Amino acid sequence: MSYAISVNGKSHSVDVDGDTPLLWVLRDVLQMTGTKFGCGMALCGACTVHLDGQPIRSCSTPVESIGKGRITTIEAVGASPVGKRVQQAWVAHEVPQCGYCQSGQIMSATALLASNANPSDSDIEQAMAGNICRCGTYTRIRAAIKTAASEGANLKG
Amino acid sequence: MDHFNVDTSRRNFLKVSAGTAGSMVLSFWLAPVQAAVASSTSFSPNAFIRIDRKGIVTMVMPFVEMGQGTYTAIPMLIAEELEVDIGKVKLEHAPANEKLYGHPLFGVQLTGASSSMRGAWLPMRKAGATARMMLVAAAADSWKVSADSCKAAHGEVVHVPSGRKLSYGTLASRAASLPVPQEVKLKPNAAFKLIGTSAKRLDIADKVNGSAKFGIDAQVPGMKIAAVAACPVFGGKLAAVDASQAMKVKGVRKVVKLDDAVAVIADHNGAARKGLAALAITWDDGPNAEFSTALWERQLEEAAAKKGLVAVNEGNFTQLAGSGAKTMQAVYFAPFLAHATMEPMNCTAHVHKDGVEIWTGTQAPGRAQGFVAKALGLDPAKVRINNFLLGGGFGRRLEVDYIVQAALIAQKAGIPVKVIWSREEDMQHDYYRPFYRDELAAVLDSKGTPLGFSHRFVGSAVEARYAPAWMANGIDTDAIDAAQSPYDFLHRYVEFGAFESPVPTGFWRGVGPTHNTFVIESFIDELAASANADPLAYRRAMLHKNPRALAVLNMAAEKAGWGKKMDPGSGMGISLATAWESFAASVVECTVDKDGQVVVKRVTTAVDCGQPINPKGIVAQMEGGHIFGLTAALYGKLTVEKGRVIQSNFHDYPMLRINEVPAMEIHVVNSLESPGGTGEIGTAVIAPALTNAVFAATGKRVRRLPLEAEIFKQGATS
Repeated sequence: MSYAISVNGKSHSVDVDGDTPLLWVLRDVLQMTGTKFGCGMALCGACTVHLDGQPIRSCSTPVESIGKGRITTIEAVGASPVGKRVQQAWVAHEVPQCGYCQSGQIMSATALLASNANPSDSDIEQAMAGNICRCGTYTRIRAAIKTAASEGANLKG
Repeated sequence: MDHFNVDTSRRNFLKVSAGTAGSMVLSFWLAPVQAAVASSTSFSPNAFIRIDRKGIVTMVMPFVEMGQGTYTAIPMLIAEELEVDIGKVKLEHAPANEKLYGHPLFGVQLTGASSSMRGAWLPMRKAGATARMMLVAAAADSWKVSADSCKAAHGEVVHVPSGRKLSYGTLASRAASLPVPQEVKLKPNAAFKLIGTSAKRLDIADKVNGSAKFGIDAQVPGMKIAAVAACPVFGGKLAAVDASQAMKVKGVRKVVKLDDAVAVIADHNGAARKGLAALAITWDDGPNAEFSTALWERQLEEAAAKKGLVAVNEGNFTQLAGSGAKTMQAVYFAPFLAHATMEPMNCTAHVHKDGVEIWTGTQAPGRAQGFVAKALGLDPAKVRINNFLLGGGFGRRLEVDYIVQAALIAQKAGIPVKVIWSREEDMQHDYYRPFYRDELAAVLDSKGTPLGFSHRFVGSAVEARYAPAWMANGIDTDAIDAAQSPYDFLHRYVEFGAFESPVPTGFWRGVGPTHNTFVIESFIDELAASANADPLAYRRAMLHKNPRALAVLNMAAEKAGWGKKMDPGSGMGISLATAWESFAASVVECTVDKDGQVVVKRVTTAVDCGQPINPKGIVAQMEGGHIFGLTAALYGKLTVEKGRVIQSNFHDYPMLRINEVPAMEIHVVNSLESPGGTGEIGTAVIAPALTNAVFAATGKRVRRLPLEAEIFKQGATS
């Protein structure tokens, strides 16, 4: 059957089975390939997108469960001030190596900072422990989140 | 069995190649590219540089980018000599072309073996300098002045006395008509403006907004998506498949059978995966249905009793061992390991009337072209490879199995097909790091200092399958790389018995040195402990002939505060790695709690990789290598039962996560030696530093990875 989903502020009608994971709707049906496939079991975080601002693993989210929820992907995360700051901090710290997991890392980091503007080390670890990076960029991820947080604080101050 | 006395290692092999075959390769590497010049709108003095009339500099990358930073460091080498601003250059992936883009050290087009900088160091600078000289000559020509009175900077040629300037774009056409100079002078190190600085990575912007394109992101008109299952038993075949239920899944288009696999082709991967799960498949398990890792270990014991090939024989260890002097021995095991790149294996293929087109991420485009051509019975010229960024390589993408498989599926499907392996498929159909068994022995003097050292090991010889031409005297040069240790021994003996399992084996980050460094640095620590010596002092006393190794060892120890008092349940361990013309030493601090849980607290590393090209990139490589090595040491275990891999995904083959990452401090030696590799040495050096730290904390020696909490539990006997 057909599902109407909102992705990055735009409504799309997709004709797929209801149990189709959102990941493949995004990548193969809507051809938005910024969201990555890593494990298919919500174990690695590469496929992280936002559903009404909350980070979800799109590889394990059936399209029928989304309803009227608003999906945001890496392609549009920079439209929010927090997402933009996170991307800029990622550039400043040159976080990515191979880069494959970084869409998911950025989506998780943005969701963290949107709900917690000044996360502690353990807040960062908790929020980011679901995202695997095989190149081992973790120290720069941590530093970039702190930079994005402090720049957010500067804006307010 | 024949015995050879050879002193060979991949390091030596590379030196020899660079001096002989290398110079020949270099000449064709730098030959003008007629095809590229033909457009006449741009200037292409060689296969790596193109400058158009607008002055846009495009560099064609002979090495792939898989996170290691080649797409920054290679342009730095070219830009340094070409005198252009690195931030403005455009990069292109090289097509498959062994002649134009074959590795100067290997002769084939591949990225791996920590060899990109070693191979590129002179040729890429020459490529840049050649182009610069021609542009300067073109400018001098048009001004009717001598080339000596002109200089190049920031993409322009300046006539120094008059201050006149011409941009590279303006000069492109004229430069293209000039002869390529045969003699090219390179800058001395002291004149470097870019090399040695932490230039900004060129691949970052696209990697933070989802626009970077990996193989899995290929989009081809008319393309469908395939999910695939190969026989779970190594060497098994597809016997029968009932596709009736799968064909009922919405979006499923076709089921394609191969000899050893079956693929479901659908409109999207959700449908393809659902269809694959709905297949009723009967496998013919073949001859390996009873194979297991337990059986393999017993087979290795038997193989170890036989004599292998002698790789190193200095002095006379055998005679020394029979002299009645004190001898210490230990046996070590290294498990099979999967690569687990974040981007699972995938490939898009289209077989059409004129040939085959491939879209994928590969470390070996030329090999991919050749293997696809062979599998489909075509001329290699009919196979076009479009390479992409790689979502991790680590040696896995040196193999081309997934590319050949996609071509075969696409051939049967008759349409462009993107084949995407599930994580489970990726983990269970890898080319695994070989499972080795090592026997170490040392004959000691009265103070416990080794007079002689022997290292006998058995396991897979990957080169024998992958590239027999790289072997020397019948020995896998990779397997024995670093097997002889960097220490001063009067008597030294290394023997390797190649013995193959049904489990396919391949190059896994660090290959020989990662395995050999673990067993040797652990064993040296055992010797130090038995001599009641400090592990650092014990090593220092055996490095009189290896000053660069000694220097990194001293630096790591000093920066780590070696010898400081540690709390109960915590320990500090040290190790040294020398490989890929680089030297690294690490000190690890860890704690082990009463339940046996090991926590890595801090890593301090010193690395001498010769002239640093991009120091920040080196730090990233070393940190990443450490995390890769720690992941393997703490968790890496691949178990085979009934001929199939048990582990399937990240729940049972875990990766180090952000909350487990130690504080890391990397010190890069400011050397002027030629560059060495840094892609793998961080992985090689770290595991023994950790297990030696665990020994310092618990008194328990780890001779088998990964670390399992059970054996460190208080009261447990080892």
